[in-house]
Amino acid sequence: MNRFVLPLAGFVALAVVLGIAVKHAPEKGTIASPLIGKPAPEFSLPSLADPAQQVSSAALRGRWYLFNVWGTWCYECRAEHETLLEVRDTHVLPLIGLDWKDEDQRAHEWLSRLGNPYQAVALDHSGRTAIDWGVYGAPETFLVNPEGIVVYKYVGPLTHDVWTREILPRLPAPRAAGS
Amino acid sequence: MGSWLAPALALCALIAAAPAVRAVDPTELPDPALQARYLALTHELRCMQCQNESLADSPVDLAADLRHQVRDQLLAGKSDDEIRSWMVARYGEFILFRPRSTWLWLTPGVLLAAGALIFWRIVRARTALVATDDEPPPADEPEVRT
Repeated sequence: MNRFVLPLAGFVALAVVLGIAVKHAPEKGTIASPLIGKPAPEFSLPSLADPAQQVSSAALRGRWYLFNVWGTWCYECRAEHETLLEVRDTHVLPLIGLDWKDEDQRAHEWLSRLGNPYQAVALDHSGRTAIDWGVYGAPETFLVNPEGIVVYKYVGPLTHDVWTREILPRLPAPRAAGS
Repeated sequence: MGSWLAPALALCALIAAAPAVRAVDPTELPDPALQARYLALTHELRCMQCQNESLADSPVDLAADLRHQVRDQLLAGKSDDEIRSWMVARYGEFILFRPRSTWLWLTPGVLLAAGALIFWRIVRARTALVATDDEPPPADEPEVRT
């Protein structure tokens, strides 16, 4: 009788560990970002609205913001555009865009045709800033807190569901947190 | 027999030569030692966009950008480990085809040692039983011979 106790305990322990792992496994295909809980990478890039101006992480300190990586070449970015406009209209927090390896002219056309959800768009022509943020496929969206810490990352087109279930609950209180 | 042997050998030779052909990445570094490290690194770093390919094999833009990073950092005198850490800081351990997790490599050894210990103890217990075989079996237990 006694000789079965140890193997049984081992089996139960293994089952529990695997069960937890399966339950908490990230959705297939998404990769946990090492940036979560760490300071957002510093950047200072020309602004799409006026390339003489800079959009910088330093200037964004002290408030919540959504950092959205997109490009006019990216199909899925078209799919999330309505959600971005919806987020803008809630006035909960500013959207900062990172136009990733794109042509400025196309970006201007895209925003004037579909509406501009961004408070500011930073131009990442070289793609270097996107690499610093660990971006591997647009669209990707990061939630950054007033201390400049990355709180949450979503890979893929932002949806109303993700906004209400994943992002809003991470913000303090129901009052406007950003601007 | 000879009719298919020659083509088969030729095919094997082609397959063996395949890794030397680099259609995706024509980068050449000035120093052969750097070039060797460059090739080794780009082959052991994952392309995050097409996740089953290495940076060296992937034709996508992001892989090219990351290869440039590897090249620039090698030219700047960074060590292989510094470059790996730079990648991991941005993309996580997943970017390494060969994970650095110590536990991953140690666990099989630990399990093997534990198994060996259990095996040794069982053998010793059985050996002790054999040694007492000549004695009469205890009255309350039926004699079992295996």
